[in-house]
Amino acid sequence: MNDLSMSLQQQVMQAIGNKTPLCITAGGSKAFLGQETEGMAIDVNAHRGIIEYDPRELVLTARSGTPLEDIENALAASGQMLAFEPPHFGSTATLGGTIACGLSGPRRPYSGSARDFVLGCKMLNGRGEIASFGGQVMKNVAGYDVSRLLAGSRGTLGILLEISLKVLPKPAASVTISRECSQTDAITAMSELLSRPYPVDAACYDGERVHLRISGSEQAVSETRKKIPGETLPDADAFWQGLREHELPFFHRPGTLYRIAVKPSTRPLHLNGQWILDWGGAQRWLYSDEDLQTIRHQVGLSGGHVAVFRGGKNETPLPAPLLALHQRLKTSFDPGNIFNRGHLYTTL
Amino acid sequence: MNHHPLISELKNILPAESVLHDTEDVRPFECDGLSVYRQLPMVVVLPETVEEVQRIVRLCHEHKVPVVARGAGTGLSGGALPLEDGVLLSLAKFKRIIDIDVENAMATVQPGVRNLAISEAAARYGLYYAPDPSSQIACTIGGNVAENSGGVHCLKYGLTVHNILMLKVVTMEGELLTIGSQTLDTPGYDLLALMTGSEGMLGIIVEVTVKLLPRPERAQVVLAAFDDVARAGEAVGEIIAAGIIPAGLEMMDRLAIRAAEDFVHAGYPIDAEAILLCELDGTHAEVSEYIMAVRKILTDSGATEVRTAADETERQLFWKGRKSAFPAVGRISPDYYCMDGTIPRRQLPRVLQQINSWSAEYKLPVANVFHAGDGNLHPLILFDANKQGELERTEEFGSRILELCVEVGGSITGEHGVGMEKIGQMCTQFGSTELHQFHAIKAAFDPAGLLNPGKAVPTLHRCAEFGAMHIHHGKLPHADLERF
Repeated sequence: MNDLSMSLQQQVMQAIGNKTPLCITAGGSKAFLGQETEGMAIDVNAHRGIIEYDPRELVLTARSGTPLEDIENALAASGQMLAFEPPHFGSTATLGGTIACGLSGPRRPYSGSARDFVLGCKMLNGRGEIASFGGQVMKNVAGYDVSRLLAGSRGTLGILLEISLKVLPKPAASVTISRECSQTDAITAMSELLSRPYPVDAACYDGERVHLRISGSEQAVSETRKKIPGETLPDADAFWQGLREHELPFFHRPGTLYRIAVKPSTRPLHLNGQWILDWGGAQRWLYSDEDLQTIRHQVGLSGGHVAVFRGGKNETPLPAPLLALHQRLKTSFDPGNIFNRGHLYTTL
Repeated sequence: MNHHPLISELKNILPAESVLHDTEDVRPFECDGLSVYRQLPMVVVLPETVEEVQRIVRLCHEHKVPVVARGAGTGLSGGALPLEDGVLLSLAKFKRIIDIDVENAMATVQPGVRNLAISEAAARYGLYYAPDPSSQIACTIGGNVAENSGGVHCLKYGLTVHNILMLKVVTMEGELLTIGSQTLDTPGYDLLALMTGSEGMLGIIVEVTVKLLPRPERAQVVLAAFDDVARAGEAVGEIIAAGIIPAGLEMMDRLAIRAAEDFVHAGYPIDAEAILLCELDGTHAEVSEYIMAVRKILTDSGATEVRTAADETERQLFWKGRKSAFPAVGRISPDYYCMDGTIPRRQLPRVLQQINSWSAEYKLPVANVFHAGDGNLHPLILFDANKQGELERTEEFGSRILELCVEVGGSITGEHGVGMEKIGQMCTQFGSTELHQFHAIKAAFDPAGLLNPGKAVPTLHRCAEFGAMHIHHGKLPHADLERF
């Protein structure tokens, strides 16, 4: 256990004094995300340790540099998990990076996102102050929900020092049902399940087959298994793990990987390339040679948005009034624009 | 009578019947569900379109007149309390369900749509909107977003913030912003999280897109009686430790049980020190499996009696007792004062013991109802405001309870909001760094500081102010509503 709060605070105070921009780093597993940012590195990696974990409270509090693996191991020992199935993208992933990037895995549409599980945090802001928001309880409506705002803010508002998360029991049983179908049929099938009372907790179309994961009590799984046609997928854990970590063969190709977010029922988009549909169709991964403007236009027609995820840099545009609000919010946390300057948006 | 020039300008942009300023016309808007605070607004406006809302706030911005938005007025913390020199902007006319998108399990509605009306409209598709605050037959979705409302099903299904996708919001400058999207995430900061629970301080919500869930095949409730409150608390931990997340998990103590039983005859064991209500939902076989498991856990934890509701009627009756606990307590005491603290569940024995000892010290009885699953405690302090000094003693007692909640790692409010009521206790919960940050966030959205000023976040020099939920002679506004 190492508490580096004081040292980090001193480094921030110094940077404020010298007007030196800072780049927050930890495990570096998600360094490929976002825009290039210039600044002196401030390393949170050694600020680690689980501070409190009581399985009966369903709450875990840890320092931001704690390896994600350590957290998942501690939870697994009590039969619990991070229900948003965060992608690690490498063994060095930390809790702080996971929350700052706000990424969630296959279970996201059915259990909630990274930010949904954030209960509270302690942070270091751009005035060099340490502030606590939220707490270690499930329900808390005192003050603005700053801790959830920080999830996905990519370190542009400050340095996360401690994070409290809601955790959940691992399901007692799980089975994945798989069948061959077209993308159109897969979209229809996954979308229909949204109004069925089945304990589906992941749904993916891999380009050839639709995979539906059912998890819950033994009874719930065996009862539901009978209602959904298809074969049982052997080695299902490896498949979902591969999808979550981008380790499936699909992801082993050169070129630009686009992440497209749409309404789950959105018909197949008319864009050339290779697709995997995760999140029941709501998150679609695309390798394509089409230019970004074409992709953005097509995705925009369906009300969705696209981001360059790997193999390139480009920010997803915001409407001008929203961008202005982002800038004012950034200033409210970080008046000297010290943290991760330009990382989320070049003008932020 | 001299009217503020704003009033005639409002009449130029709105139909005459949508601008109210005679005392008798604005009287119904003088308070929300926390009626101890009353204030007549300068003027009430009832716009019907987003464009009208934009024109109203632009005028107010020009005149530097503050605006308080209001839904159904069922809030319990004075968040919609009008300002004497301000405009009260009622969203009562925004009652349209714009779209139910079955394929994507979402509904887009205007902010004045009642919480329950969404589930009613979605029912034909087997869908519903999960958060169920007790006032759900009357409270509106816009107010739910403003307060980040909960309900009995929070532990499993989350709060409002977990169940909404997109908002349309009008800023104090009259700009229409779309926050969030119909997809599962949105580029940029998570403004949806920030807006939810912001108590009308950051923008006026004019449209809400909510997530819908499939109605579970089956729900069943188990009632367990205990002769010791701590043991009941322990049983809650055992259920969670067994890997079961109940749809609802509620606790009541002896005084609350007796009051509820006298009121609605739910069949509660009146000699018990505590009862637990544990609701399980899911597929048919899953619910059966969990009921067996939960019954065993409860028995092993020392329950003196464990009952499963025989049928849907009895299930509803078990819940009716719980949901009527507030008005039931209102029948046995001239006044009561409701707290809304949250605590880590393991602190329950310590907190209850301390409340009991203060109860003896202050000579004020307390009935406890508790969202046990998520640690949200509602102690109801019984008192008589007509007795000299009793209200003051009650308020002092209440403050000490909230301070204790913070001390054991909890919060001053789990679901009722800060509003006017807990503005003082915010200073217990937060230091000046956090409060300063809240003010800075407010200024980023509303630089002129005209949206619901004076609520939710105390100025540093106001930190000593306190308020309370004070129910006189059991007369709760909207007394017919079930409350938690």
